[in-house]
Amino acid sequence: MSEGDGYPGLTDPATTVFSEAQLAEVRRLQSLYPDPRGALLPVLYMAQETFGWISLPLEEYVATLFGLSPAHVHEVVTFYTLYFREPPGRHVVSVCHNLSCHLAGAPGIIAHLRQRLGVDPGETSEDGRVTLLSVECLCACEAAPMMQVDDRYELNLTPTKVDRILEGLA
Amino acid sequence: MTGEMILTRNFARSDAHTLRAYLETGGYRAWAKAQAMEPTAILEEVKRSNLRGLGGAGFPTGTKWSFIPKSHAGPVYLVINADEGEPGTFKDRYLLERDPHALIEGMLIAARAIRSATAFVYVRGEYVEPWRRFSSAVQEAYAAQYLGHGFDIVVHRGAGAYICGEETGLISSLEGKKGWPKLKPPFPAIKGAFGAPTIVNNVETICHVPHIVNRGAAWFAALGTKTQGGTRMYSVSGRVARPGVYEAPVSITLRQLIYERAGGVTGNGRLKAVVPGGSSAAILTADEIDVTMDVDGLKNAGTMAGSAGVIVMDETVSIPEALMVVARFYAHESCGQCTPCRESTGWIYKITHRIVEGRGRKEDLDTILDVAKRGAGTTICAFYDGAVGPYISYIEKFRGEFEAMVLK
Repeated sequence: MSEGDGYPGLTDPATTVFSEAQLAEVRRLQSLYPDPRGALLPVLYMAQETFGWISLPLEEYVATLFGLSPAHVHEVVTFYTLYFREPPGRHVVSVCHNLSCHLAGAPGIIAHLRQRLGVDPGETSEDGRVTLLSVECLCACEAAPMMQVDDRYELNLTPTKVDRILEGLA
Repeated sequence: MTGEMILTRNFARSDAHTLRAYLETGGYRAWAKAQAMEPTAILEEVKRSNLRGLGGAGFPTGTKWSFIPKSHAGPVYLVINADEGEPGTFKDRYLLERDPHALIEGMLIAARAIRSATAFVYVRGEYVEPWRRFSSAVQEAYAAQYLGHGFDIVVHRGAGAYICGEETGLISSLEGKKGWPKLKPPFPAIKGAFGAPTIVNNVETICHVPHIVNRGAAWFAALGTKTQGGTRMYSVSGRVARPGVYEAPVSITLRQLIYERAGGVTGNGRLKAVVPGGSSAAILTADEIDVTMDVDGLKNAGTMAGSAGVIVMDETVSIPEALMVVARFYAHESCGQCTPCRESTGWIYKITHRIVEGRGRKEDLDTILDVAKRGAGTTICAFYDGAVGPYISYIEKFRGEFEAMVLK
């Protein structure tokens, strides 16, 4: 990809490379699958954990590790919801809006978060602290309404509980 | 009707996920027994048990295993579908977190039956804690030498896509591609993951296998109905007093499940409708709940057992609004490969949305029914047929409620 094509959040390709230890991990992951390409999703996770999100140059770099076309990697990255294609906030709050959570008051929880964070689902708070998402079933319906905060499931939400959780996010 | 707890028997133990606790409660004894059995003997035992797939399709497990070509010389893969995502379902999360060694032991036995040396466990990406728990158990099993001697387990994380719970979509994803389902035939048992014969089984299905080996097919079959053996884990949520996972023989009725296990209906206390098997199952009305919760019982009632995710709605719930929420899900999760699904799910969500916003048109209901019926059966995978279940049943069974909104 040529420089300066106007893609938002474009990062310098030179900074999007793995360390030697990470490259060894890439090779280990690739060896677990009958076709090394099976490791593409795990390696994309590694890339995202390292650089925070997956830019186009990073897609190109990952493609070189697999001998794949950048288009293939782009197709994969854009298919799944857990790869971020622009920098997310320091925390990602994903509120389930599917049926059981809806019946238990998810719309009110989402409205509360919108008001508290001053953003709509899909946006990041101005201070860069929280990206708010409204997502499909996270399969914790017994504890609806619920949300995922980074790696954690937060269950049986009330506005008060949401406030307490937000206070705990640096 | 409570019955014996089999899959969930250790859930109350805080250390149930550890190897020590698993061994203390009889763990890995079935594997010892299975090692002395011929692979075909294991397969026949599972066939006779009437174990059926508990991820959604309800296909007989032993029969599925028997589709692996006997003459095949190359690798055979066992793939565990832990991509739980069907709205209203949360049982596999409990198994991964609270009894991961049951899955590993079941995999050892299943792999022997189908002569597989490598298995992949595909865990949905959002399940970070279940993935960690299961990965730790795999490490324990390697350290204790259960794994690594002719059988390896690779734990693979999904990245957020409901369609990867469809077995061929899962295989595409495992191969490092977007999760597009594949046209069948060839079925995965002939040409699956990485082009090799592959069996894809749900977590809960495989967790049953050690018990079948330990206690025998006849015992397991007798727990259920004529055509489906055993217990299964029902995920009950929505407007009930005690939402949660309930293990019960598959012969339990929906009424028993709601009133005797989950504590009855909340909201205004009067039942209006129930989704019996995850959101893709056709909805049942309050007078349709005297039905047994086995695969064929629900099929005969015009719906499906699916993933056994039960969502309860009391009279205060708006069915059009519920359909809009469900339609939004199918619109978001359609993978986009087949035109009828990609287009219909999007348009039907838009129509349900405008109905709920009070901008519905008189012809909207028949348009949804027409579009739903025309598309059913025309796509590569069962996703769209799953969407059609709610589209048609919500409207046909609660037409008056929709008409009141449209004609206002």
